[in-house]
Amino acid sequence: MTANDPSPNHLQLTRDGQLRHFLTLDGLGRELLTDILDTADSFIEVGERSIKKVPLLRGRTVVNLFFESSTRTRSTFELAAKRLSADVLNLDINTSATSKGESLSDTLLNLEAMASDMFVVRHSQSGAPHFIAESVTPGVAIINAGDGRHAHPTQAMLDMLTIRQHKGRFEGLKVAIVGDVLHSRVARSQIRALNELGAEEVRVIGPGTLLPRDVEGLGCTVEYDMARGMKDLDVVIMLRLQKERMEGALLPSEREFYRLYGLSQDKLALARPDCIVMHPGPINRGVEIESAVADGPQSVILNQVTNGIAIRMAVMSMAMGGQMAERQQRQIDSEGIRA
Amino acid sequence: MSGSQHDNSNSLVITGGTWFDGSGRLTDNPGLLVRDGKIAAVGPDAQETGAAGSFDASGCVISPGFVDLCCNLREPGNGQKGNIASETRAAAHGGFTTVCASPETSPVNDSSAVTHLIREGAATRGVVNVLPIGAITRGLEGDLLSDMAGLKNAGCVAVGNGSRGVRNARILRRCMAYAQTFGLTVMFSPENQALAADGYAHDGQVATRLGLLGIPEVAETAAVMEMLLLAEETGVRLHLSQLSCGRSVEMLADARNRGIQVTADVAMHQLVYTEDALAGFDSRFHVRPPLRSEADRQALLAGVREGVIDAIVSQHQPHDSAAKQAPLPATEPGLSSIESVLSLGLGLVAAGELEMAGLLSALTLGPSRVLGRAWALAEGAAADLCIFDPKGHWLPSASTLVSAGHHTPQFGHELPGLMKLTLVGGRTAWQ
Repeated sequence: MTANDPSPNHLQLTRDGQLRHFLTLDGLGRELLTDILDTADSFIEVGERSIKKVPLLRGRTVVNLFFESSTRTRSTFELAAKRLSADVLNLDINTSATSKGESLSDTLLNLEAMASDMFVVRHSQSGAPHFIAESVTPGVAIINAGDGRHAHPTQAMLDMLTIRQHKGRFEGLKVAIVGDVLHSRVARSQIRALNELGAEEVRVIGPGTLLPRDVEGLGCTVEYDMARGMKDLDVVIMLRLQKERMEGALLPSEREFYRLYGLSQDKLALARPDCIVMHPGPINRGVEIESAVADGPQSVILNQVTNGIAIRMAVMSMAMGGQMAERQQRQIDSEGIRA
Repeated sequence: MSGSQHDNSNSLVITGGTWFDGSGRLTDNPGLLVRDGKIAAVGPDAQETGAAGSFDASGCVISPGFVDLCCNLREPGNGQKGNIASETRAAAHGGFTTVCASPETSPVNDSSAVTHLIREGAATRGVVNVLPIGAITRGLEGDLLSDMAGLKNAGCVAVGNGSRGVRNARILRRCMAYAQTFGLTVMFSPENQALAADGYAHDGQVATRLGLLGIPEVAETAAVMEMLLLAEETGVRLHLSQLSCGRSVEMLADARNRGIQVTADVAMHQLVYTEDALAGFDSRFHVRPPLRSEADRQALLAGVREGVIDAIVSQHQPHDSAAKQAPLPATEPGLSSIESVLSLGLGLVAAGELEMAGLLSALTLGPSRVLGRAWALAEGAAADLCIFDPKGHWLPSASTLVSAGHHTPQFGHELPGLMKLTLVGGRTAWQ
């Protein structure tokens, strides 16, 4: 059975189609995704100036709510917000209120009461940012910084920006995503973005235990054999393998995984000669990727990090714009009712 | 509607409308006289007795009261989610006159003391018949046998596992052999715990897209197969509760053909919704077993139409709002469903997926058969009946829902089927 329209656009877009939350790439069209990439391109130049600031979010308060720790993602969100001139509050919720038994809703309502304008949310449970945007604080712009296995839309968009910089287009590209797709929110968002932006083929490569049920339904082909899967590739994206996957009988050993699915120079040689190598980080050298490949000429892993700041600036400024436009509209509506 | 100024303690004549009689057909109401809690007369005689009250059921359907094989009343122990008074009134609003109370209370109904507590609560505060189901293992922990003989003597009509699993096949086999000793029916919700693991959604396309942890179909079908084989071996009367997979229906039909004593039910929401209901992370539809694929829904519907599945149940699980006010994976499973079972069923009838007589059979005759009791609109029978207007509508809202739980499907959307009157033992339980 084909699934219904999955788009939560009533939630993340304003009436005139502007972004007001950024929860998932599901339902966002090519035009909007391209708009995000173009906006990010314009912010890359800001990062190259000696004074790396623009005043787009001046006077706005951005709260980084990380219910799951992540040094890199949080740092880039923090830098992005600061370059947009926002006031930034970082909350590591693991050590904060929820451990005292306060519910998620109560924590968020308290933060909203402190006049926050935007929450950047990372949470271990799929759908947590949806829940917050829908039921808790709809008046605060919610940016999904990774939820469970569901989505990591800013990561996917910075990957798209990296691909566009190196390939100049998406049409005709063959892209493979290799490794632990089952547990990966990054892979889900990437598959969605690549399909929407017009990539010719998205392949997932991995063992049956690390691929979700009916994964083809996401818009990809499946390849168990890495050598076959590398053929004709323009882009190969390696996923991080969590060490705990050896438990629970998903994999026998790191060594066997590396032998079968690790990206070595030999395997990379099977792809197109200009194939780029990507990884959302942090890298497990010798588990999913050989050091010589990670540091080699085809690797664009550090470009991804740089692009992360620009993409997050783009998404934050666009969502804040949509949220402000909506607030204004609500005010006009309510004044209209009074008059 | 007119003329409903009857005296509960006395007699009532019901005229007009169609009635669903004991034979499973819908025909013109020949006239019903209710007196002293019983159906005193059926047919032309009913009009001639000069009763104290009358009810004009024109345009309505008169049915034996619905029988729910799977309902959570939350008492004792979970007063914040509901209690016998609130949930039996909700049942009456839904047209149910008899509900089987799940053993999943706190404490679990694994002793005659708890059974007595439930029966006493039902007698003093309940408005419908409450038939307790005993826990098949102590504390529903899946390890030790419960005092099944004691539970039966205290009034439990069956023993079951609620929504929890039994640790292993050896214990399951002993549970069945022990229950069989006393002629107790075992009601099992089939789920292999190792395969279900930490899942909370159907392992299919929607779970894959949303990154939800899946419960594979085989978690149910492997358990169904195991239970059917053990039932065959032990000779126990097995009732499979809350099926969710098309394959389970096939296995059930095969087992019946081989002569195994087995019956089954399905929750109404499994016949109406699929995994797609979770698409927006809607935690109301976090139910267990999970809503599965459209193919499963179709197979379950066919199972009901063909009588392979005997009964439709509410699987009513009222919750306090906090239980559903969290990201989907952190919410508690279950719908507050008993008040909308008929309405959802009428929706299926309107869509041509079920016939009215089939729907009412699965809510009355089918579950009665499972319990080995007869509920019919016949002379001398208890006056347990409901009268509803299938063309009427109602709007589930905080003010119209009687249950303490408001996480109901279609909350805020108009539904077909207006319950006009529910009588339990001749007394008005809902009007």
